Amino acid sequence: MDPKTPTCPPPSAASEGAPDGQASRRDFLQGALRLASGAFVLFSGGALAAGLPKPGAPGEGYDWSEHRYAYLIDTQKCIGCGSCARACTAENDVPEGFFRTWIERYAVSTEDSHVDSPNGGKDGFPPLQVGFEVTKSFFVPKICNHCKETPCIQVCPVGASYRTKDGAVLVDGERCIGCGYCVQACPYGSRFILPETHTASKCTWCYHRITKGLKPGCVEACPTGARMFGDMKRDGDPVRHTIEHDRVAILQGHLLTEPQCFYLHLDKEVR
Amino acid sequence: MPEIQGFSYPNDIHVVWSLMIVMYPYVTGFVAGSFIVTSLYHLFGYQAFRPIARLAMATSFAFLLVAALPLQLHLGHPERGPLVIITPNFKSAMAGFGILYSSYLAVLVLEVWFVWRPAIIERARRSRGAARAFYKLLALYTYDTSPEALQVDHRAIGLLAGIGLPMACMLHGYVGFIFGAIKANPWWSTPLMPVIFLLSAAVSGIALLIVIYQVLSKVKGRPADQDCVAALARWLWFFLILTLTLELLEIVMMAYERSESWLIISELLTTRLQFSYITMQMIVGGLIPLILLGIVVLMNRYLHERLRNTLATAAAVLCLLQVFSMRWNIVVGGQLLSKSLRGLRSTMELEIFGREGVLMAIVLVIVPFVILWVFDRVIGIDATGGVAEAPGGEGDAPAGVAGTPAH
Repeated sequence: MDPKTPTCPPPSAASEGAPDGQASRRDFLQGALRLASGAFVLFSGGALAAGLPKPGAPGEGYDWSEHRYAYLIDTQKCIGCGSCARACTAENDVPEGFFRTWIERYAVSTEDSHVDSPNGGKDGFPPLQVGFEVTKSFFVPKICNHCKETPCIQVCPVGASYRTKDGAVLVDGERCIGCGYCVQACPYGSRFILPETHTASKCTWCYHRITKGLKPGCVEACPTGARMFGDMKRDGDPVRHTIEHDRVAILQGHLLTEPQCFYLHLDKEVR
Repeated sequence: MPEIQGFSYPNDIHVVWSLMIVMYPYVTGFVAGSFIVTSLYHLFGYQAFRPIARLAMATSFAFLLVAALPLQLHLGHPERGPLVIITPNFKSAMAGFGILYSSYLAVLVLEVWFVWRPAIIERARRSRGAARAFYKLLALYTYDTSPEALQVDHRAIGLLAGIGLPMACMLHGYVGFIFGAIKANPWWSTPLMPVIFLLSAAVSGIALLIVIYQVLSKVKGRPADQDCVAALARWLWFFLILTLTLELLEIVMMAYERSESWLIISELLTTRLQFSYITMQMIVGGLIPLILLGIVVLMNRYLHERLRNTLATAAAVLCLLQVFSMRWNIVVGGQLLSKSLRGLRSTMELEIFGREGVLMAIVLVIVPFVILWVFDRVIGIDATGGVAEAPGGEGDAPAGVAGTPAH
């Protein structure tokens, strides 16, 4: 990634505030600033996205062999505001009822668990109502895992699904025959058939943005830094650093699809 | 909007593979199943099937001609369908369809031509004008029906049946592979899937032939050959036992293993698929024909002709329902289950009109019968062209002698 590429935000002071609530003034101001920018994105997601580059060719002079992207989600930072899903919808013209990204809410006790994602979390979440005593509750953002060994590419009968050299799994909408085999093969429910084009569609990590040195829309819109995007070929990249040095988890690891979307603080309930 | 019970991934609420993908394995099942019957006669010299050997081959041929249609109708971009054959991704199981389908079609067309060649020549000799030119073209301008030529034909039929049988099995086993190799879906992902598909194809093929044979007997006023009916019932029973055993084994294994998916699959089977799986696939289409066919097979000698025909036909119709339910439960059932393994959606609402509608499915089943009718009018399914026919490779068994040992 070129040096102009904005790096992922440092760990948020707001989210790592002192447990007893004794945040310093500096922490408070940082947090307030973050919250304000989050609120801005929250209420103006569509308008903001309208000013951003629209889907199209990668940026000029972009060399895909110089990058290998990865996505990192810290589930502890997600507040379930849904800004990411709204920004994604606006950025990529995702039709109603289909999701390139969504947020799941988990309510767990030792005996039971409850998961929901009303409208993919786009409108936030209503108050939790479950019939058991919840001992922990958290949000988990979901997105295409851009797997290295992905079954969706394997099963495409005409090679319309492919993986770019920089690691994004994309669909060639002009080649896709709309058979839906990739939708069936994706273990994460990340793909769907677009009703207008009758072809497969999915998260592209906002390929039109990342090849211009920008971050995916959802990462840009996340007010808490729960969603992070990085380049595994770039020295000093904080996402790369976390993936290389911290304990990270992936979804459905037993399927050996080698997801390139990594999670911090993932609970056993999440699949 | 579908009703969701539990938690589904938001994109999992759409049923992408609908009625046409149910019809696809159903139709190819008839292709493979009837070819197994014709091969039992032409390849293995099973004489009891002589009266329906040609009907079975023509049925396999007629259904093969429409086998690719449901897939084509299902595609979001049918005009790009040929890309699967022209520029396939060889890592994709689905890309194998073009190769398997076209090679099997080539083998079957050749076999059909060799089997009916004398009949075509006979028609060419009897016709005049345009009809004669047409039959002459069908006969490829060769009128040679000398014993040597017929000997060559018989050898060719034997050889083609030998190649065709494994190909028919592969064509249908492959359909099972399409589902069985999807590790994302625990209801599909089992190595048993191709085997179950293949065995149920044999069930549907034999059942279909029983029904067609009985209907033709009534229509043409010719009593059905009872040795043939009994033999068909015996083979249907055999394949039904195998199919049901494997279908149950699959479930029992999952339940006994207490696999992570069992909780949701057991819920799927007992709620959303209660009617189509438990009632139709296992009881009405499974247990009942199993008993009916058991009566035909075990008490054959005591049965009156009429009772045997009725029992066999009733069992066959139920078997056809069983296999359709099985296809439905696999294809649609697998999509009611979210890959989150935490949720089920309400069952798919069928559309009546439209490319993937019920009417189209009915048309897909009717068209092969129209093809069969045209085949019968143009060449005559039972016509031998006045020439003796025998199991492939062996030549000169006298015509019309049912029960003559082949070897």
